[in-house]
Order: sequence, then structure tokens, then C-alpha cells
Amino acid sequence: MEKEILRKELKVSAIENGTVIDHIPSGSVFQVIKILNLTEFRNQLLVATNLDSQKIGKKGIIKVSNKFFKSDEINKIALFAPSATLIIIKNYEVVEKKKVEVPDYAENIVKCFNPNCITNNEEISTKFTVIDKKELKLRCHYCEKITARNNIAFR
Amino acid sequence: MKKKSLVSINDFTREEHIRILDLAGAFEKQPKQRILQDYVVATLFFEPSTRTRLSFESAATRLGARVIGFTDSSSSSVTKGESLRDTILTVSNYCDIIVMRHPREGSARFAAEVATVPVINAGDGANQHPTQTLLDMYSIRKTQGSLDNLNVGFVGDLKYGRTVHSLVQALCNYNTTFHLVSPNELKLPSSVKMSIKERKLEYFQSTDLQEVISKVDILYMTRIQKERFSDPLDYEKVKNAYVLRNSMLETAKSNLKILHPLPRVNEITTDVDDNPKAYYFTQALNGVFVRQALLASILGVVE
Repeated sequence: MEKEILRKELKVSAIENGTVIDHIPSGSVFQVIKILNLTEFRNQLLVATNLDSQKIGKKGIIKVSNKFFKSDEINKIALFAPSATLIIIKNYEVVEKKKVEVPDYAENIVKCFNPNCITNNEEISTKFTVIDKKELKLRCHYCEKITARNNIAFR
Repeated sequence: MKKKSLVSINDFTREEHIRILDLAGAFEKQPKQRILQDYVVATLFFEPSTRTRLSFESAATRLGARVIGFTDSSSSSVTKGESLRDTILTVSNYCDIIVMRHPREGSARFAAEVATVPVINAGDGANQHPTQTLLDMYSIRKTQGSLDNLNVGFVGDLKYGRTVHSLVQALCNYNTTFHLVSPNELKLPSSVKMSIKERKLEYFQSTDLQEVISKVDILYMTRIQKERFSDPLDYEKVKNAYVLRNSMLETAKSNLKILHPLPRVNEITTDVDDNPKAYYFTQALNGVFVRQALLASILGVVE
């Protein structure tokens, strides 16, 4: 077990300051990178995926140097990778560790899947009420249609 | 209800629904009251709807209000590329209340957020049409004496008909027993059925119109549109199964009334029109009283 952790640490080396996003479902790693706009990131960014995880089977991990996420960014992660853990690192030390939480509301994060919704046809921020956190079902504040996990898309 | 927009039927409580129906009853007794003489009503119809628009304009005019607006977006600044936000902000300056019909779902909620005056939704795409629901409720209460404990049959396109969805949701507050008659392709969506189940109300699904006629107090007919079927053969199979003929009404209860949101095409044969059970044209008249009640109470002219 200890060996296992050691090897993992070797694969994804530690960062001095920044955020570690752990326990991302393997299939979602690249999407998380995309929705957090990390493709444009200019500091050190370490990514690993298909690592063994006791919690979720196969997991991915992203380490972002010198970046501390704002709450709307964290909510984006929660909607996409609800199992994710956020670890704040300062001077190589873990200063905070928290599970991301699916929010009650999602403002301007998700796109309404109804093509005839006004939010897809005018410049309007989307607003959703999360009506089912487990199955992830969001009701659009405007068109009242339900966007579910399988047709979720980000703005 | 003063200054409160009406976007979705659920924006008003059961008590507020009843208040509107009571007020509508007063306007039915005395439809010509010039209580809105100092008011301007804007009717913004981004897509054509003769019946709803005329009904609103009739309601406003009978109360003495001035009506401004447009009847389809080709005659408005929308064709110049103006956003809905800008149109609503501008029109808010010219009127005391906005009545809006728009082809996009959610447009009415957005307009109500942007506008500096109250907005009444006269239909936003396939989403909501609350004034239709209120006039349906008014018609049911008027013909049956009460909204409580009725057997209501819904017939035809229960999948896409927004008037059906809103009315089913509204009637869930009144211990209704639902008889849902439609082809299998056009059954009531599960999201709407959920409201029935949450209230633990009884409902029966069937494909046989004749069978439910003797059981119901209200028969709410809707049109089945050919476009809803991916296979035209499926349409051919069902198109005559949901047509109401006068001869089918022999077994009906004496208090049965037939409602239809109109326009009717062929789903009710014209020989039904002379049957005293046919109520759809009076239903349309009731729409004027309900809209008078809404305009007057939202503008704060009546309590």
C-alpha cells in the first residue's frame, strides 16, 4: 500500500503552491481541464490519469501550480466530477482539503440542452436549480426544461 | 397580485388562482367597466396568435385601457436585429403592463426580469400559457360548480400539448381524477405525471375515447398533429380514433361539458356544436373575463 502511494507520488510530482484536484473519474480528466480553461494555463500543470483508486476505481489527478480556484470554478468541477477532492497546497504542505459539492443552483456554468430555450438564443446567463444532486438533474430557470447528466454541456 | 408578473401557472398560489376566478366572475356580470382608462397595455406578439391577442385586446379595451403593440415580429425592430432585452426595456417606458407571446421557451421569464412593468405571459414556445389554464379552470368551475373532486378526461396529444400540461398541474390542487386518452406515441410526459403521483391522485391511461366518455365530468379535447409522428402510417392508424362525434355522447353524464383550447380542426365533428354539452366557444368567451381580471388585479385597480 505504501509502495503504491510512493509510486503515484513519483508519477505526479509535488507542487510548491497551488491546487490539487484529486479523485476525478478517469474519463473526465480532459473535460475538467477544458472546462477550467487550463489549456490556456501558463504555469506548471501536472496531469495523470488511469491511476488506481480505492475510492473510485480508476482516477485522474490534476495539479495546478499557483492557482487557487474561485467558488464558481469549484462548482463547475462538482457538476462534472462530483467525486473530486480539492487540496490546497502552500509550501509543499496541505493547508486545506475539501470535497467538492454539487451546488443548489448553477449560474452561467451549464448550457440548457433545449435548443429553443431563450438562453441559447439571446445573450443571457443561464440559471438552473439542481433538483436531483445524485442523478444530476437541473431545471432551467427560464424554459423550465430539465437538463440531465447525459446531456449536460458547459458554456 | 399587484405588480406581480404572471409567467408560469405556478407563480400564483391556489388562493390567488381562486381570487382571479372570482374576479373574472364579477367581470362576466359587468364586462364593461372603464376602470383602466388611464392605463396603456402593450401586446407584444413575436409570433402570430389571433385568438389570444384579440382576447387580451378585447379585455383591455372593455376596461377602457389603450392598447399598443405589434402582431408579429416582422413588423417590429426584431427584424433589425434588436435583442429581446432591448425591446422589453424600451417598451417598458411606453406602457403600464406588457402582454407577450414569443416563440422561445423561457422568453417570458426573461422579459419579466428585465421589464420595469409587470409581464403577462401569453405563451412562450412550448413552455407555458398560464392565462389559457386560468380560463380552463374558470370554465370547469363555472360548469361544474366547483373545481374539487372532478373526473377530467384529457384526449389527443397529451405529449406536446402545453395547455394539457399546465391544466393537469393546476388541477392537481383539487383532488382531480385524471383519465388520459391518447395514442401510445403521445402519452402524457413522465415529468407531468410526476405532479399527479406526488399528490397521490388517481389516474387512468387509455387509448379508447368511447370508454371514458361515461366516466368524466369534463372532456378536454386536443388536436393530434400529423407532424408529431415520425411514421405517417402511425398517424393514419390513430387519426380517426380520437375524433369526438355527437353519437358518442349518448352514454355521457348529464353534467358533462366538452372543452377545447381551439383552434379545432376535425377532432370534434361539427354535429357536436349544437349539443348543450359543447362548451368550447363559451370557454373562449370566458378567456376575456379571466384576462380582464388579470389586467385589473395586476395593475392594482382591484384588490
